[in-house]
Amino acid sequence: MASSIRVRATSSGDITEVQALIQHPMDTGLVKDSKGELIPAHFIQQLRFECNGKDVFVADWGTAVSKDPYVKFSFKGAKKGDEIKISWTDNKGGSDTTTAKIA
Amino acid sequence: MTTTTRPHPTRRLILQGAASVALLGLGNLPLAPARAAANDKYPEEAFRQKSEADAIKSLYGKTAEPSDKVKLDAPEIAENGGVVPISVTTTLDKVTSISLFVAENPNALAASYRIPDGTIPAVANRLKMARTTKLTAIVEADGKLYSATKEVKVTVGGCGG
Repeated sequence: MASSIRVRATSSGDITEVQALIQHPMDTGLVKDSKGELIPAHFIQQLRFECNGKDVFVADWGTAVSKDPYVKFSFKGAKKGDEIKISWTDNKGGSDTTTAKIA
Repeated sequence: MTTTTRPHPTRRLILQGAASVALLGLGNLPLAPARAAANDKYPEEAFRQKSEADAIKSLYGKTAEPSDKVKLDAPEIAENGGVVPISVTTTLDKVTSISLFVAENPNALAASYRIPDGTIPAVANRLKMARTTKLTAIVEADGKLYSATKEVKVTVGGCGG
């Protein structure tokens, strides 16, 4: 299966900008389906970015984060070619991990 | 008849039991004051709080003061409450976390970001907003909380129902 995570990490000087887009329903548990039954909550709880063995950004999310979440941040101390590891876990025990090279 | 030769076997068992309970009790104590924002765990309790004040209390255990050094960027009017682009930047030093609260959502806390050393204290994401409401960004810097708020008008709510 293709990864649920799409990342773009670009370095400019000492600063690396990371943009990530994840495919996930982020169901709130408040929406009903076409049969009128509640769709149970299903959302990413934690999203972690690591670079060179160190956390560079950790997101804790609730159901209020939009479907197919997007996040952008920047950090210092990495260079072109370094690898970033991105992983998420959701409230149903689902998870995914991917890596991306800084361009 | 071997058991009767040992003196008070039950008494010893009871004593042992009491001792282990006491040990467990002590072991649990230091865990209680640990705040969600300070450790690595997902702050489940904070995300369950309904009101913004309760969520801030649960996440940080203190209150924030408004600051013009926190910049919250969000649209004046969001046509689709399901996808509202929001970004936070700050000029404060020693930032350790940035959190976003939507006052009138079913649960106020939307997202909380941990900013390790070396990461720029700025984040952009997209949130759901149930209706026209106040949006609050809280920046934790050097152990203190600073906030910025903005009212966002929502034409179509993003929480279903």
